[in-house]
Amino acid sequence: MNLTLKIWRQQNSNDKGKMVDYQISDVSGDMSFLEMLDVLNEDLITKDDTPVSFDHDCREGICGMCSLQINGEPHGPDKGVTTCQLHMRSFKDGDTIYIEPFRAKAFPIIKDLVVDRSAFDRIQQSGAYVSVNTSGNTQDANNIPVPKEDADMAFDAATCIGCGACVAACKNSSAMLFVSAKVSQFALLPQGKVEGKKRVQDMVAQMDAEGFGNCSNTGACEAECPKGISLENIARMNRELISAKLAVKH
Amino acid sequence: MTSIDAKIPSGALKDKWTSHKNNINLVNPANKRLIDVIVVGTGLAGGSAAATLAELGYNVKAFAFQDSPRRAHSIAAQGGINAAKNYQGDGDSIYRLFYDTVKGGDYRSREANVYRLAEVSANIIDQCVAQGVPFARDYGGLLDNRSFGGVLVSRTFYAKGQTGQQLLLGAYSAMNRQIGRGKIKMYNRHEMLDVVVIDGKARGIIARDLVTGKVERHSAHAVVVGSGGYGNVFFLSTNAMGSNVSAAWKVHKKGAYFANPCFTQIHPTCIPVAGELQAKLTLMSESLRNDGRIWVPKNMEDVKAIRAGQLKPTQLTEDKRDYYLERRYPAFGNLVPRDVASRAAKERCDAGYGVNQTGQAVYLDFASAIARYGKETAHVQGLDENDQALVTKLGKAVIANKYGNLFQMYEKIVDENPYESPMMIFPAVHYTMGGIWVDYNLMTTIPGLYAIGEANFSDHGANRLGASALMQGLADGYFVLPYTIGDYLSHDIRTGPIPTDHQAFADAEKDVVERLDHLINNKGTKSVDNFHRRLGHIMWEKCGMARNREGLVSAISEIQALRDEFWKDVKVPGGRNEFNEELAKAGRVADYLELGELFAKDALLREESCGGHFREESQSDDGEAKRDDENFKYVAMWEYTGNPADAILHKEDLVYENIELKTRSYK
Repeated sequence: MNLTLKIWRQQNSNDKGKMVDYQISDVSGDMSFLEMLDVLNEDLITKDDTPVSFDHDCREGICGMCSLQINGEPHGPDKGVTTCQLHMRSFKDGDTIYIEPFRAKAFPIIKDLVVDRSAFDRIQQSGAYVSVNTSGNTQDANNIPVPKEDADMAFDAATCIGCGACVAACKNSSAMLFVSAKVSQFALLPQGKVEGKKRVQDMVAQMDAEGFGNCSNTGACEAECPKGISLENIARMNRELISAKLAVKH
Repeated sequence: MTSIDAKIPSGALKDKWTSHKNNINLVNPANKRLIDVIVVGTGLAGGSAAATLAELGYNVKAFAFQDSPRRAHSIAAQGGINAAKNYQGDGDSIYRLFYDTVKGGDYRSREANVYRLAEVSANIIDQCVAQGVPFARDYGGLLDNRSFGGVLVSRTFYAKGQTGQQLLLGAYSAMNRQIGRGKIKMYNRHEMLDVVVIDGKARGIIARDLVTGKVERHSAHAVVVGSGGYGNVFFLSTNAMGSNVSAAWKVHKKGAYFANPCFTQIHPTCIPVAGELQAKLTLMSESLRNDGRIWVPKNMEDVKAIRAGQLKPTQLTEDKRDYYLERRYPAFGNLVPRDVASRAAKERCDAGYGVNQTGQAVYLDFASAIARYGKETAHVQGLDENDQALVTKLGKAVIANKYGNLFQMYEKIVDENPYESPMMIFPAVHYTMGGIWVDYNLMTTIPGLYAIGEANFSDHGANRLGASALMQGLADGYFVLPYTIGDYLSHDIRTGPIPTDHQAFADAEKDVVERLDHLINNKGTKSVDNFHRRLGHIMWEKCGMARNREGLVSAISEIQALRDEFWKDVKVPGGRNEFNEELAKAGRVADYLELGELFAKDALLREESCGGHFREESQSDDGEAKRDDENFKYVAMWEYTGNPADAILHKEDLVYENIELKTRSYK
């Protein structure tokens, strides 16, 4: 198929940036979206033009490095996939595809389609861990039984890949789904309960400090999340936060 | 040839690690604050090492080329992690895990290292659970296990098909705790481009900030390389696009010996190549072989009909299918080790029985598992076991619960529903057992330079067993290196900070900058990917699943010619002082073009078949690998002298005191 690509080009963080048109032909439906961009870049290099910068690494939907707002949707039109898992069979001959970076105040653009998501790291550093040293001298793993339902729910929350699609999908650029997924993982497990109250307060404070907006309650984050992280996590985080704030200090 | 001292402690195998720990020097907590350690790579090995060293009190600087430590490619490991817990009571033990690993590696790994790995394996599970890693559990709330290839017990712990992700996020959380405390300084989007050696000791690195392009000097009292494997030398592999050999290759060029470069794992269950423009291959976890049965049609006319689209695999009755692994290896069946399964698939496809258009695919079929689980569930729930539709529905739900994400990945890539029709799979490059040579302390031949995880060579011999990479990465990072590095650093408590204005830093930086400028200014006609693809093609055709003298000799000269062409004709757009992915890629491919030659040279030297290294000249009458212990029971260690062709061979003889050398059989 032949396609028209409208791609956001921005030399660096100081550059104003603009949309630029490209034509690409003979695209096979079996190619992944990023392989299509590889072909475009190969072509641009041959023509002494500058290739388009975009983030990517594992190309199997797990590292969370790839991003892209494709026709206005984070990770494109398919549900439950990252951009690297999106295949060109989701488009048809003659289509025009708009390709932009994830837009959010807390995700400054580095170049073209590459954004800085280190705000997510800083939120995790503020408390997304269990304070246990890695000596290995803990108790036997089976001394802490965990009901299967809780373990499964904790796992589902923990499958967040930290890509930032939730932020890009939200009109308020809220990071609530990302933060609540991590809070939930620990809140659901006995290991995480000890520091639970401090964790949720610290992480939410850091989230606010990074400039992410408030929850819009529209559910756009859940709809666009490539891993299907549930909105229930946000509800759980809110409960955790309220109970942490109400907790009587002795 | 110099004699090699692997520094294996004396004493009985089971006491070596304990007595070694009791006898090595320690650094007191106050002095640890005076010592800096650089860790390159933040996967399971690097991430766990950085966190642990920081907890102990060292000042850690950690480097990742990705935008966050959480993105390291350990994240993509699917199936599980082995540990000798014997929770299933099926006869597992430290000894059995040790034995399986040495046998699985076709007797080309070091006994003492492997035993230590098996010994600390149980601690890993305890540690990860304490950190909140959500492993799969059974209805009693205890940890669940599955089986992996090459073993007869269930010792693999897992988190659906995302075990690597969950373990890496565990290590990442331990790192985050230390970054928050200021004990780890994290350098994201930074790539190590050289190691700095002062007075014979590793004292720092030269790194490039991939955002600004700035070349930086970083000093430390010791350097730890946990930069993963070099499977991308084949261009197409299950590795991430950015996975590279550069850190490992740079230290090799500065004096660290490179061991067994030709030992590569070609994983049997990957999604077959779809087209010429494909950039990477996707693994389907080995755990699928717990429930999936591998087959091709028995008769050639059925193969032809399937390829022509006139016949569906589901229409073939049992008697028309060749479950060739179950036929050839009745004891282990579909759960033979990876090298054996890959070669068997190649054998069938070479004979013409491949089931896709290219003839390079076999079936992985879940129909019997769906029926079996469906019946079981119907029985448990008191439903009608003879209701086919119901049984199928219940069975699919069980499969979805176990492997849901893998099935979804498959469907997205291939556009076929694997619940309805068998998956098509083919072997692909996945892991490299070879790597930087290390002694028992995980120190390379450069004092103060350590290599951990896939980047080193030590534990998997000529073939790694499934679910053992995660085990080794975390064992090295959490439980081995943090002890052994103290012994070395105990001599550095009075050294003080290492200045970065030393001539060795200036020289290394100059070399790095000159090379980057050369690549930018070359202005040739072909892209970096063009060279990488062509290198990959040579490697796959001549250094892949089957190797022979003629092919290897020709691979060496072809790679040399390609490397010359690269330096003359590569085209790297953009500048050095900016975000420039092509420049980063060019540096990595330049290193692959050197490693590839050493790889072929090593494969040529090893005139035996062992594990993943199959020399066509050395096989039994029934096509099985024929090892030659008399001539090749050693680790091949290569010393760099200016050109891969002139690398000098050293040998570490492998001594087996606790395991009897046998022909490896899974029949």
